[in-house]
Amino acid sequence: MSFLSIDRLSKSYRKNEVIRDLSFAVDRGEFLVVFGPSGAGKTVLLRLIAGMVRPDRGRVLLGGSDITDDNPEQRDIAMAFQNFALYPHMSAFDNIGSPLRAAKVGEAERRRRVEEAAKLLRIDHVLGHLPRALSNGQKQRTALARSLVSEPSLLLLDDPLRNVDAKVRYEMRLELPRLLRARDTTVVYVTQDYKEAMALGDRIAVLADGGFQQIDTPERVYNAPASARIARLFGDPPINLLPAVRSGAGLRVASSEIALDGAAPDRAECTMGVRPEDVIVSLEQASGAIPVEIDAVTPLNDRQVMLLRADDGTEIFASQPQGTHVVPGGLPSGRERPRAWARLDVSRSHFFETASGARV
Amino acid sequence: MQSPAFRVVRALLLLLIGIFFLFPIVWVLLMSFMTNVDILRSPPSPFFVPTLRNYVALISGHLSTSSGEVQIDYMHNLLNSVILSTCSVIVSLILGVPAAYAFARFKFRGGEDMAFTLLSFRFAPPLLVLLPLLGYFQAIGLYDTYFGLIWVYQLITLPLVLWITRGYFEDVSEDLELAYRLDGHSWLSTFFRISIPLARPGIAAAGLLSFIFAWNNFIFALILGSSSVQPVTVGALAFITASGIEYGQIAAALVLSVIPTLILAIFTQRYLVEGLSLGAIKG
Repeated sequence: MSFLSIDRLSKSYRKNEVIRDLSFAVDRGEFLVVFGPSGAGKTVLLRLIAGMVRPDRGRVLLGGSDITDDNPEQRDIAMAFQNFALYPHMSAFDNIGSPLRAAKVGEAERRRRVEEAAKLLRIDHVLGHLPRALSNGQKQRTALARSLVSEPSLLLLDDPLRNVDAKVRYEMRLELPRLLRARDTTVVYVTQDYKEAMALGDRIAVLADGGFQQIDTPERVYNAPASARIARLFGDPPINLLPAVRSGAGLRVASSEIALDGAAPDRAECTMGVRPEDVIVSLEQASGAIPVEIDAVTPLNDRQVMLLRADDGTEIFASQPQGTHVVPGGLPSGRERPRAWARLDVSRSHFFETASGARV
Repeated sequence: MQSPAFRVVRALLLLLIGIFFLFPIVWVLLMSFMTNVDILRSPPSPFFVPTLRNYVALISGHLSTSSGEVQIDYMHNLLNSVILSTCSVIVSLILGVPAAYAFARFKFRGGEDMAFTLLSFRFAPPLLVLLPLLGYFQAIGLYDTYFGLIWVYQLITLPLVLWITRGYFEDVSEDLELAYRLDGHSWLSTFFRISIPLARPGIAAAGLLSFIFAWNNFIFALILGSSSVQPVTVGALAFITASGIEYGQIAAALVLSVIPTLILAIFTQRYLVEGLSLGAIKG
């Protein structure tokens, strides 16, 4: 029995249909990440669940009862906002205590629970401050404490790590699952950072064009993307999408013949998706490899990201782990571009229909 | 480091500007302590024997002129001004603030037209409506009543309150209101605990401005009331007596009439400044 169900929800603004016939279900205690490019309707979806926006059609069910027509304050839902939405005229203590005051929790009990939540998020030393006196990290923790303090049955997190610096974001990415697991809270988390989605979600729901393109575990979304579009959203640098034409027993990609081993699509034309880490670059000629020029080299942590250009102009990204760097010191200066050969790992490639982008 | 010459020039310029703007006020203040003879002396001299007789005359209500004793009721006019302006502003705030919130938050049919119609009251010359209004007021018994005047004063104060606070409500983030409601607070409590406090600088500014406009109004009370409800602006006419204009009393009356507005402005200032320091919701 799912805890939160969304049943064929639709919402339009003017003539623009932001959410179209959307349905999904979240189990109790599950952490669902809604991931999508900006403007995909993620925030509208959260607002529909929270009750701030009324749907044109469809229903929202929470714990088995229909809450579509309930006001926000009648729903047992808490939310943390991307912009924190802290009440600027109230201290951190009063901000966190606001849901308890609404629930008419007594003074002493309220103090105890606010302090407990603040301790958990390590902001107990700034409870007396107004929001403007807090750092962004502290603001974000205060907002999280406010959403956790009343132990809601459903927690909505609207890209809460968007406005904090990289260090806090990394800390919270590790800390959040621990905090939430301990309480067995059901979470719907919205983000446009694929790494965050992969790190946090039990499942990831990819939202685009008003509907879910795929709802799956992070491993499946990454390793078996349902469409070329989803494949492009996960991974940095993005996956290479190369037009491929069947030719004999092999494939013709970027004007070169490459051998096919294993299962291959049974159609004449398709799009081949190869992740940059599955492109093996070598300075020596190898059979089945595409001749390229190395156009640019950028270090990415201990990896090296290379932009390759095939003879017909096709651009291919390759990302190589330490120890296999082809040009260890980066590109030599001057106009000369090193000649290299790129072999695509066909067994780890994805194939998509050219027109629709759907997985073959 | 600024050169000494620059600082001297700057100080001089500031002094000049200060004198230019403050001179009328200072002169009125001096006049209020002069006799009519001192005021009309030519050339004018800043050296004179100060007297309190202008203030005494105003407060006691007995004005002795060369052509005999005149009764004036200036203190009553002052009280009328306080009653009219205060009540008008309170009524406007009670009506205007929720309306401004509605115009800011909800898009409804005819909303913009309604808001604009209210603003358009400020465009029309008051005399255009006053004469017909006089007829109606006399017919329904509102002539020469506080109630009637406060009602008409809404033409001045309501549009100001509505349009100033509307802008402030639009600046209050909707997310804050949603957050407060998700905490479990009702719509009404959200309005009073989040929207009103955050728009308070705007409400204070609107209240102060509309008080000043109401205080300075002349024509409404001149036509729609008799001396029993008329404010200081109309009451000051009494100083133009048969034996000449009582400049000293006019100056003293002016000084007295500025005091309530001044007190209100000083009191409101702290809310006006508060708005600058609260800042946006994001850091």
